[in-house]
Formats: sequence, structure tokens, C-alpha cells
Amino acid sequence: MLLEIKNLHVSYGSVEVLHGINMQVEEGEVITVLGANGAGKTTTLLTISGLLKSTKGEILFEGKPIHTIPSHEIVRLGIIQVPEGRRVFAPLTVLENLYLGAFTSTDKAKDEATLEWVFDLFPRLLERKEQLSGTLSGGEQQMLAIGRALMGRPRLLILDEPSLGLSPILVKAIFNTLKSISKTGVTVVLVEQNARAALKFASRGYVLELGRIIMSDEAAALLANPDVQHSYLGGKK
Amino acid sequence: MEEFIQQLINGLAVGGIYALIALGYTMVYGVLKLINFAHGDLFTLGAYFGLTLLITMGIGDMVPGPLGIIIVAGMVMALVAIMGYLLERVAYRPLRNSDRLAAVVSALGASIFFQNAIMLVYGSDAQVYNLNVSAAEYSLPVAGINISASSIIMIGTSLLLMWGLYWFINRTRTGMAIRAVANDQAAAKLMGIDVNKIIALVFMIGPALGGVAGLTVGLCYGKIDYNMGWTYGLKAFTAAILGGIGNIPGAMLGGILLGVVESLGEAYISGAWKNAISFFVLILILLFRPTGLLGERVADKL
Repeated sequence: MLLEIKNLHVSYGSVEVLHGINMQVEEGEVITVLGANGAGKTTTLLTISGLLKSTKGEILFEGKPIHTIPSHEIVRLGIIQVPEGRRVFAPLTVLENLYLGAFTSTDKAKDEATLEWVFDLFPRLLERKEQLSGTLSGGEQQMLAIGRALMGRPRLLILDEPSLGLSPILVKAIFNTLKSISKTGVTVVLVEQNARAALKFASRGYVLELGRIIMSDEAAALLANPDVQHSYLGGKK
Repeated sequence: MEEFIQQLINGLAVGGIYALIALGYTMVYGVLKLINFAHGDLFTLGAYFGLTLLITMGIGDMVPGPLGIIIVAGMVMALVAIMGYLLERVAYRPLRNSDRLAAVVSALGASIFFQNAIMLVYGSDAQVYNLNVSAAEYSLPVAGINISASSIIMIGTSLLLMWGLYWFINRTRTGMAIRAVANDQAAAKLMGIDVNKIIALVFMIGPALGGVAGLTVGLCYGKIDYNMGWTYGLKAFTAAILGGIGNIPGAMLGGILLGVVESLGEAYISGAWKNAISFFVLILILLFRPTGLLGERVADKL
């Protein structure tokens, strides 16, 4: 088991938003988390990365607790997140953003090899490497955010809404890239508005509602489930 | 014309000092969005630490000449950096997640604490940098203009340190991390950057620069007192705003500009109106560029 979340409770002030979540992620899997706005998807992801602290429960990475350590140490373990809204460092160049992705790395030669791979995946970033990232288009910023995360050579790649605000062609391109990243053995946890694309890509999925997991199954089974179709895939009941 | 160039050089000299202090304000603002009101007093501490090391402890006599002063400058930087670190740990970090006003009050309190501590230890009378050689006695004639040794020291020190800082911020991994933290702390954490460490580092670099500025003022003007940090601090803070607070080249530009305006205003308009002229320029610039000269040049696109 790569990642295990046990009975996770998280609060904002006095308001509890996650009421005891359980999740398991095996090495090499692609997991998607579905849910409406406010269900607690982003909260779950931020808690895994240590940006939010849980009030109860635990998060284990390869059996070791990570909910007790600061976020920069969680990154060192290879748990790397592409946050919602991309969050690229706008006043820094594309290349600087990418090198910041490798901040914890001490192996320069490997960084250069990873950089080449990222430029292979996103040739657009190579063209714009000296440009300030705040001047990139939304799609390019998303590529940069994913590329930056890859620079950290993730073992577990967490993506929060990578297709938000992108054109259908770009969404397709991003998902194709994610597939090729997953094929290299990287484990992926994906939160995505575009549930159909997410379920086609994922092996398993969880459905989150009001801070609780109400369903978890193989992705194909969730795709065929009438409740999921009704709530998240725009189907009729 | 000679008079003009002379005044320009004086302005550049004092402007360099303003710029060195302004960097401390602007860097802390950059990472914490906080005005460190105690920063001017760290500058004063630099002047007093320099006095103690150079004269009272006699390092200036043990190692005569520029080498002794460079050694003392290094020690002053280290000592003031430690004070900056302690200031952050004691006065700011515990308040990191509370209301912004609480930190402002804490900053003002720290400023009063430093001033009173200096007064208690060194007394409230002005102290004199009693050197065997005074920088004021020497000057370098260039094309009919006498450039005083103190101007050369002030301009040289500030240019060297500003170049060093600029290189560090723009060309090193740690410098890149500082810029990342200033831009987006949460995203910086997701890169594996220890944000607390970076903030502590900023609280050491800024005061180290301010401390050297204090030492330089002591060496070149000869007289220091416990509340000199207030005047210099206010000017440097103004310079940081003038250049665009949070922006490092802005603080450098703002400091030098303010020094030159002040010096020329003093010479050609009226000495008594020196401060009024500099603040008038500040108001004028802010009316047309509210974010300062170099503030927010980069458009954030979402």
C-alpha cells in the first residue's frame, strides 16, 4: 500500500468539513476522487500534502505516518501536488519555476534529464522557458504546473482540477500527457470536474459527498453506475 | 557645475545608505507583508556593535587600516543578523497566524525595546567613533572635484552589498526560493521549501545589510546616538515605498533617488526644507504611480 488514509477528520476553525475519510492507494494506480463543489476534495488533497492539519485520523505513506510532519518533508518523500488554480510563480521565469519543482533534489544530472523529459512532454514550455510565467496562457500555465511537479520526480502525483478553464482540445492533451506519465509508474490521485475523462483514465474512484465517502469502486463500475451518471456525468436517472 | 557634482556625490553616498536599509524593509514585506518597524533600530545596533568592536575592544588598533574595518564589518553583519533572527522568533513568528495589527504592535514594541536597551547599555548621549584616522580628512581629487573618502566608502559599500544581494536573489537556488516564498507561500511549501527557514533567512539578510549601513554611518559621520534608527529608518522606509515595496531593485533605486533629491534640495532650495522636499517628491511619485516606481511590474494572470 502506497498511501492509506484512515478515519480522517479536518476542520476549518470550528466547522468540520471532513468527517472520517478512508482511502487506499496502491503503487502504480490511478485514483480519481469525484464530488460536487464543497464536498471536501481539495481539503483532502491539501491535508495529504500537509498544508492543512487533521484533527483526527491518520495518513500513512508506505506505512509511515505523514500527517504529523511539515509539508516540505512530505514533498521530500515524493508526494507532489499540482494545486488547484496552477499557482505558478508568476514573477519567475518558466525555467525558474521548473527548477523550483526540483528544489529538494540534490542530483543535478538527474534534474537535467527530468527537465528534458518535461520539455518532451510539453514542447511549448521549451519555447517559452525564458518567459515570465505570469505571461503564459492558462493552458500553458497548467502545463507548467504539471511540468514543475514532475521535476520533483514524484512517486505519488496529486492533481487538483488540472483541466479547469481549459479548452476541450487542451483537456484532451493534458489527459493524454497524464496517461503517459502514469505509464512510467507514477501513482496518480486526481480530482477532476470532468468526471467522464477522469473515470476513463482512472483505475478506481471514490465519490465524496459533504465530507464523507459515499461510494468507492472500479472506475468502469462507477461509469456504469446510474447514480454516478445522474450526479456527475450529466445522465438521466 | 562643480557644486552640482559635489552634491550629487553626497546624495549618492547617503542614498546608498538609505538603499541598504530599505532592502531590509522591502524583503521582509516581500515575504510576510509586514513592515518591520524595528528595522531602523537594527541599523542603530550595527552602529553601536561597530563602535564596541572597533574602538572599545580595539580591533581597529590591533588590525589597523581597511582590513580591520572589513573584519569588524563582517562581525557586525553576523551579530545584527543574529538579532534579526531572534526578533523574528520572539516578536513575529508567534503572531504569524494572528491579525496583521498584532504584528504591527509587536514591531513597534520591538523597536522601543531595542532603543531602550541601547540607551541602557551605552547611555543616552551621542557616542563618537574615535578613530586615529578619520575618513573625513581624506579626499580624492577627480577632475577638479574633491571626492571625500567617506563618500567613496559609503558608495562603495552600498554598491558592493547591493550587487551581492542582487546576485544572491537572482542567481542562487536559495534566492529563487526567497522569490517563490514572496510570491506564494502555499505553493512554495508544495515545492518542498521550508518556508519558516526562508523567512528566518530574510530576517538575517536584511538586518545584516542594515547593520553594515549603521557601521558605515558611524565611520563616515563619526557620531551616533540611540535613536538615529528612527530618522534613517523613516527615510529608508520611504525609499522602499518610493521604489515599490516588496521589490528589491525598487528599494535600491528608491534609496539612491531619495538621497540625491534630498542632497540637491538641501543645496539649491533650503537646508531647513530638506525633509519636506523629499517627502513632497514621495507624494508626487505616489500620486502618479501608487505602487511605487518599480512596484508590480508583472501582471498576474489567473
